[in-house]
Amino acid sequence: MSNDVDNSRRKFIAAGVAGTAGLVLAPGVTLLDMANARPAGEAASSTKRWGMLIDSTKCATGCNDCVSACGKENGVASTGHPETDPQWIRKIELKEVKSGKSHSLPMMCQHCAEPPCVDVCPTGASFKRADGIVLVDRHICIGCRYCMMACPYKARSFVHEAHEDQNPDVPRGKGCVESCTLCVHRIDKDQQPACVEACSEGNHGAMLFGDLNDPNSEISKRIATYATTQVRADLALNTGVRYQGI
Amino acid sequence: MNFEAFRKVEQSAFYALVAVIGLMVLIGLGAAHYMEEHGHVVTGMSNQIVWGMPHVFAIFLIVAASGVLNVASIGSVFGKTVYKARAPLSGLLALAMLAGGLTVLMLDLGRPDRLIVAMTHFNFKSIFALNVILYTGFFAIVAVYIWTMMERRMNVYTKYAGFSAFIWRLALTTATGSIFGFLVARQAYASAMLAPMFIIMSFAFGLAVFIIVQHVMYRWNGRTLDEAIKRRLKNLLAIFIGAVFYFTLVYHLTNMYFAKQVAFERFILLDGGVYTNLFWFGQILLGTIAPLAILFHPGLSKRCGWIVTAAMLVILGGFAQLYVLLIGGQAFPLSIFPGMEVSSSFFDGRINPYSPSLPEFLLGFGGIAIAALLTVIAVRVLHFMPEDDFSQVGKHTLTD
Repeated sequence: MSNDVDNSRRKFIAAGVAGTAGLVLAPGVTLLDMANARPAGEAASSTKRWGMLIDSTKCATGCNDCVSACGKENGVASTGHPETDPQWIRKIELKEVKSGKSHSLPMMCQHCAEPPCVDVCPTGASFKRADGIVLVDRHICIGCRYCMMACPYKARSFVHEAHEDQNPDVPRGKGCVESCTLCVHRIDKDQQPACVEACSEGNHGAMLFGDLNDPNSEISKRIATYATTQVRADLALNTGVRYQGI
Repeated sequence: MNFEAFRKVEQSAFYALVAVIGLMVLIGLGAAHYMEEHGHVVTGMSNQIVWGMPHVFAIFLIVAASGVLNVASIGSVFGKTVYKARAPLSGLLALAMLAGGLTVLMLDLGRPDRLIVAMTHFNFKSIFALNVILYTGFFAIVAVYIWTMMERRMNVYTKYAGFSAFIWRLALTTATGSIFGFLVARQAYASAMLAPMFIIMSFAFGLAVFIIVQHVMYRWNGRTLDEAIKRRLKNLLAIFIGAVFYFTLVYHLTNMYFAKQVAFERFILLDGGVYTNLFWFGQILLGTIAPLAILFHPGLSKRCGWIVTAAMLVILGGFAQLYVLLIGGQAFPLSIFPGMEVSSSFFDGRINPYSPSLPEFLLGFGGIAIAALLTVIAVRVLHFMPEDDFSQVGKHTLTD
């Protein structure tokens, strides 16, 4: 009987110690993890150039996982007005006119090194971060929509009406222009963009995210090994998003 | 009503006119407020057609504003006496129309409340930012120009001010055309042709507006325009119409020659529905052939009413031309994957529909009303009526 009590007491103490240790250590572990991310207040560095490689041979027609994940992460939802609803990422179905060969792929801001949207923006609201991410500063966007006229990829949307239930990390406002941020708020926490994560969690493996400046990164190795395409390469915009299989 | 009868009610007529135009301005401002309150979802614009009817009005007014100054330039820069007498009115119309056009452009912004941002943050690589500077400078230079003309002591500087204004207006219209010319990705634009084409369009639209306003002012004051001056202005308008047609022809011929542009040309010239109709019936038939026929007709071209009709047709044709260029250019889908058929939930690969909504029209007409209101009041309080001093003008200079 006393042994039983002792045993149960020991188990309780062990569980308590483990639990307490977990509670004490977990934030430390989290902190260690976060320490790998760029600390708040430190500017983005041009030593990195974030990019994405999309393998259209692994991207299935009808699969919308990346689009749904983007919508959920960034609070981009349908309002029932398809012509004015913003779309940060969309699936495009392609068919070669001659051969009839079809492809399916996600299309979003291509995060160009020479972005036409940044060139034309009168106030400088459209800008490229040092690490290659093209963004809109919503404090100085006047909603002139010239960037939408200039973008060759139809990647930008104008917010035509007020939106409720926004994600605190991704503030959005009526009357401004917006587009894919490459989930900059996640990248700054050393996480992958939501679309890439969803594609990987769905075991599709069609999207690869990484640093194009790092020759040892998976994305750089793949681009060095396989034939990849920049969409509208004729415009020489040096896109951060590359495609394989088209 | 004969002129003597009109004289008796002239004062009331003036106030009635101001009231009607003022009401149009208020309606335009109300429409802008409605659009801002609800967002652009209440307009016909979308993520496909991002610039709509307000831009057609605004760009017409801005282009015509720089063009109407041409009358003054011919006087001050090229020394033609007949045009010198018309220079102050030409300057006034330039300022009034630019004010109207910019108001429409500004009120169509997603965030018109951030006008101060546009005036304090400049990306100098942006032709749009450069336009903000050119528009502001235009106001200042033309205001000084008018002052040198109207203040006798300053007359000696008129030539210099006029020359600066002339150069500035060429730069301004070049920059307005380049707003489109610099758009690398869209098939309708991305052409150096657009800058000179906008300049020649401004000559035609501006002169058309000038002829109409001058006609109304002469009628209002019971005066008749000298035959020779009338003939000069109508011949000049005909030359400008021909020049716009020439540029349009070269623009389309160039596009048709490039295989990658053929589908776009087919769309505008043959299959584009409203755009094709507006091009052939609006720009070419009503805006080019009809006014040219009037202006060169031996009988009709001598009658004021017909010259004014021709000028009105030029303005209608101008609106049609800008609608086809602006809206038609956006309606045709972006070629993201050349040689492939594309489809998506974001309307890729499809001809984009657009039906302008009432508030867009009201805002556009509000812009015209602002220009009209400024003109009517300025003409009333200051001396803008062209006064021809025929003792200074040898009759030989009035022959063509």
